[in-house]
Amino acid sequence: MEKKTNPNVRMWQGNVACAEGAIAAGCRFFAGYPITPSSEIAEVLALRFPVIGGNFIQMEDEIAAMGAIIGGSLGGAKTMTATSGPGFSLKQENIGFAVMAEVPCVIVNVQRGGPSTGLPTHAAQSDVMQARWGTHGDHPIIVLCPSSVRETYDLTIRAFSLAEKYRMPVILLSDEIIGHLTEKIEIPDPSTIEIIDRKKPTDTPENYLPYKMDDSDIPAMANFGEGYRYHVTGLAHDETGFPTNDPKKIRAQMLRLNRKIQRFRDDIVEVETFNTDDMDVLVISFGSTARSAKRAVINAREKDVKAGLLRLKTIWPFPDKEIEALYKPVRKIVVAEMNLGQIAHEIEWATRREKPVVRVNKIDGEPITPNEIFEAIIS
Amino acid sequence: MAFRYEVRLSGSGGQGLILVGKVLAEAAAIYDGLNATQSQSYGPEARGGASRSEVIISDGDIDYPKAENIDIMLALTQEACDKYVVDLKEDGILLIDSQMVTNIPKGNYKVVALPIIQSAVERLGKFLVSNIIALGIITKLSGVVSEDSVKHAIRARVPKGTEEINIKAFYTGIELAGNWLEKHGSL
Repeated sequence: MEKKTNPNVRMWQGNVACAEGAIAAGCRFFAGYPITPSSEIAEVLALRFPVIGGNFIQMEDEIAAMGAIIGGSLGGAKTMTATSGPGFSLKQENIGFAVMAEVPCVIVNVQRGGPSTGLPTHAAQSDVMQARWGTHGDHPIIVLCPSSVRETYDLTIRAFSLAEKYRMPVILLSDEIIGHLTEKIEIPDPSTIEIIDRKKPTDTPENYLPYKMDDSDIPAMANFGEGYRYHVTGLAHDETGFPTNDPKKIRAQMLRLNRKIQRFRDDIVEVETFNTDDMDVLVISFGSTARSAKRAVINAREKDVKAGLLRLKTIWPFPDKEIEALYKPVRKIVVAEMNLGQIAHEIEWATRREKPVVRVNKIDGEPITPNEIFEAIIS
Repeated sequence: MAFRYEVRLSGSGGQGLILVGKVLAEAAAIYDGLNATQSQSYGPEARGGASRSEVIISDGDIDYPKAENIDIMLALTQEACDKYVVDLKEDGILLIDSQMVTNIPKGNYKVVALPIIQSAVERLGKFLVSNIIALGIITKLSGVVSEDSVKHAIRARVPKGTEEINIKAFYTGIELAGNWLEKHGSL
């Protein structure tokens, strides 16, 4: 006999939620090369895309996969690739190309221990700086960090929206714990999901400028094959897309490229606070570790220690304003992350080292436990 | 306060413990209306090596999704038992395969030793269903999820065509646990 259950409730892994979130966002092209702990994303899309009219390609390596999603996006598709540390290293050159050529796409990095092949099956959060500066040159980047299966679904959709809105690659920085964690998720009604698509040109093909300087700072993007012909290059280019050595034009385009994110950072940066109103210890964390941090804050409160949590959902652009608004009244700041202090360093900078920053770090593949953070709060 | 029940399933890679974790979590979350998470830890090998799968069941939010104060732990190999027993709470249940785990670690917990793998081979002719027998035992001993929900979750999760043998294995586990309880009184 069938048992009555809510049809929208599923037990999904973070990686499954990522794949399903991509589908919900309208992604119909995935190119990748399997790597633990991200492979389930490719597995799900390889099964789902043929049924819903999408395309899945397993490329010869991660470099080619990154190239393929750039091409797919120029052709008008919402595109994604998924990988982990070693593959993320390989993708960096083409991520830079996507930034420079302003090609929307989503790169998922389910973090594992590094450097090199490191710990394939164990979690880390040590690609924070690589996500920011892995590719060379002054460039903007958006990096989102989910802390749950549901949030993986939501932030994958948001990654596509931000990529399309700001014409740039967006990185979803998950980790092995969240990627492989199975938990309950109630799938939202599609009508409640906000989907944003890239701005299309209103100019005729003859008058179209793919990198037009105007008040919006975000040029309209024509899809290849729709009659608009333009040049795409990683070289510094002018409004037409052709390479230029004119310092004035280079400066104008480079400043616009970076201004896109500076100008709209309030639309991009998202954080969540918990018990921060009367706190005197501020705990800051992100991704899977933020769950341990929340438990530590609850346990501290039970011992009458006024701890509060700031959870970073966006890590780049860095939530400096949000930290600024919280840290003044506190006695100290505890930063928990599965690396040797990549975010802690940014926090020290954002708070001008006015408060002691206690670091809770772990790099052995094991999660940071609530108790380890609790000890740092009460010490 | 919300209850939190922690299960650790340990053994060697390839014994199907991640599947058992998923079935147990689905029984709780989808069919019993509770909250549940399932996570795993294993090495890079496809088979072999100590592996573990963990399920947290609660009627409230589950923040930290890993086990650290375990209510019931299954060990199907000596290596996994030695390595993972450390987080078993005082008075917790240590369920071991009586043939595979012969060196029972000292500690303040209740040990339930049952011929899990032997029953799979002798009663069902399939070594592979040892995991589902263990699931039956855990269901009976823990009482944290209903038998009916686990049965539904098994049917929904196991490969097509193997439902019947898996359901049989599940009831074999329920029976083994029932006999143990009868013999030893309650836990």
